[in-house]
Amino acid sequence: MRIALFVTCLADTLFPGVGQSTVRLLERLGHRVEFPEAQTCCGQMHINTGYASEALPLVRHYVELFKPYEVIVAPSGSCVGSVRHQYAMVARRCGNEKLAQRAEGVAARTYELSQLLVDVLGVEDVGAYYPHRVTYHPTCHSLRLLRVGERPLRLLRNVAGIDLVELPDAEVCCGFGGTFALKNADVSTAMLADKMRNVVDSGAQVCTAGDSSCLMHIGGGLSRLRAGVKTVHLAEILASTREAG
Amino acid sequence: MTTFLGMPTAPRGVGHLRQVEPFPVAARRGLANTQMRRNLTKATGIIRAKRAAIVGEVPDWEQLREAGRAIKTETMAHLDHYLEQLETNVTAHGGVVHWARDANEANRIIVDLVCGTGAAQVVKVKSMVTDEIGLNEALAQAGVQAYETDLAELIVQLGHDRPSHILVPAIHRNRAEIREIFLREMGDADPGLSDDPAALAEASRAHLRRLFLSARVGISGANFAVADTGALGVVESEGNGRMCLTLPETLITVMGIEKVVPSWRDLGVFMQLLPRSSTGERMNPYTSIWTGVTPGDGPQQFHLVLLDNGRTAVLADETGRQSLHCIRCSACLNVCPVYERVGGHAYGSVYPGPIGAILSPQLTGIEDNASLPYASSLCGACYDVCPVKIDIPTVLVHLRARHVEAAREGRRLPRGEAVTMAAASWVMASRRRFTAAQRAAKLGRAVGRRGQIRRLPPPFAGWTEARDMPVPATMTFREWWRREHRPEDGARG
Repeated sequence: MRIALFVTCLADTLFPGVGQSTVRLLERLGHRVEFPEAQTCCGQMHINTGYASEALPLVRHYVELFKPYEVIVAPSGSCVGSVRHQYAMVARRCGNEKLAQRAEGVAARTYELSQLLVDVLGVEDVGAYYPHRVTYHPTCHSLRLLRVGERPLRLLRNVAGIDLVELPDAEVCCGFGGTFALKNADVSTAMLADKMRNVVDSGAQVCTAGDSSCLMHIGGGLSRLRAGVKTVHLAEILASTREAG
Repeated sequence: MTTFLGMPTAPRGVGHLRQVEPFPVAARRGLANTQMRRNLTKATGIIRAKRAAIVGEVPDWEQLREAGRAIKTETMAHLDHYLEQLETNVTAHGGVVHWARDANEANRIIVDLVCGTGAAQVVKVKSMVTDEIGLNEALAQAGVQAYETDLAELIVQLGHDRPSHILVPAIHRNRAEIREIFLREMGDADPGLSDDPAALAEASRAHLRRLFLSARVGISGANFAVADTGALGVVESEGNGRMCLTLPETLITVMGIEKVVPSWRDLGVFMQLLPRSSTGERMNPYTSIWTGVTPGDGPQQFHLVLLDNGRTAVLADETGRQSLHCIRCSACLNVCPVYERVGGHAYGSVYPGPIGAILSPQLTGIEDNASLPYASSLCGACYDVCPVKIDIPTVLVHLRARHVEAAREGRRLPRGEAVTMAAASWVMASRRRFTAAQRAAKLGRAVGRRGQIRRLPPPFAGWTEARDMPVPATMTFREWWRREHRPEDGARG
């Protein structure tokens, strides 16, 4: 299958390994990945901070760029959540009904990675090997906006060598929330503290999730505390094999 | 989207709908209150688990929620009709209906009614709306003492405190603190009072009984009003509300105009949704329903005050109007990770938590509660539990956009943020500018140590107070892609 990758601006700049893993994983499964190089950012930060008119050019850019593709994947629950649940709303708010309708079309073909694997490609065992103790944080937008449910866990359970342990209070937000982490830094930190405590209590050496932004938040806190737990994106675990970890 | 903003909002200088300080500042105080945080974590945890279990018993819960949403949507679309129908039916059954444009008008009407009876004290049923309009203060100014009779409201009143939760106003207090308040303020409490919950309840029972038997005027809010019969209803747990509703000669009920439902049949939906969502019970202990005046039984004077206080302005906003569907169950407070950590006082309004973050700014006008729509990580837990499916995250984002639009017009937008957002939009709208920015970001590697940046300047300083920030990668993803995949593989772009 021909799959267009929307890597997200965050992964492109700060976590290129997440994009590389997504490409390697999908190619290993026999698919052809294309990377439209004009892509930039989905505009989620602008939308969620109230800057709808500043988000509009980014919405238009994404919609125009990805319109030709039948299947689009992004390794981020919140970016896909924004495309799927906010794009048409932003376009309508700015009085652009035509763009709203085109956005709805592209949104329906944009998938978060675990959705793509399980629902579109019909695969739950991707042939990965990852011999580490791992706990999974179901990010809010994957869980409650996209309703990915158990899909990431089903994929993880099929990874050879993995020791998957449960995260206490897993469904509680880590406190990131985009600019919330800056505008309400103290509240965000209090939420992060509880998330880190649960990650450490789980006994895992790796905390994984389907969103680099939440992982940057949790990982940033764990790194500051020298907690001895690292964050690894779901795509990176699924891309790991015996030959190349 | 067009938003009609011409409707009057709740007036300043009266009631409890406005923050006195921005949310992040007030939240800091809540975060530092370790006793309150312990109390809240424990209490919300218990209610969350009870609610989840009791909602799980209902096989058609999602259909019930949808029915609740549909009834509310239909009612709001024809609110004028249902309110007039309600007035006709209340009047036909011997009640008197008063229309109050705002808090000041409502307070004046009620104070005049109470003073007209010659009573110097009133007993009150737990009511959010009377707190919204600051009724107790208005009565006190007229020389009338209002006694709260709901146990939690009594604790708050005796403690010279503010409620911090819609359903459990004293949720921030534990039983040791309540015992201390009773001993200090009640006057007739046994000095040997223990902090056993049953003993505390008994002390309040003895204290309140005297008031119930002597009060001549009762004041209540309403959980619902039935348009086609004129019936009013109050849902409660203690029975103290029923004392206030039945013993005094005069009953004055204050109700937000959004509380009306079309018909008796609609109540069935909300009587299933409300107790399960709020207290995690299949059924609440006391439901009092009355229609006007019944000769020889209960209050012989009944007044219904219908309050707008900004609600019509909320109704005028297509996206925001769903906030009026709220049935005050407080399920959204109990699941909110922000509320649980900062407590209700941080929201500055009688309506705290996620619902307060969307309702208060709309009732007052966003400029008076500007930080509330941002008091959320948009995690969406509130939307999942809302019994009438209010899409709180979407309304929060909508209100942020309204705030930015209004601030931009009034040239009140924080300059740093506006410039950053505009610049980011400009950069991100072009591949060339974006890749140039990525190259510039790599300079940030110089300030990192072992791949992490430990301190960033404002506006990012809040991040690095508690979190490291990874340095930009030596090779961006797109550079890797170019190296690995020949451009002709890479399709258009």
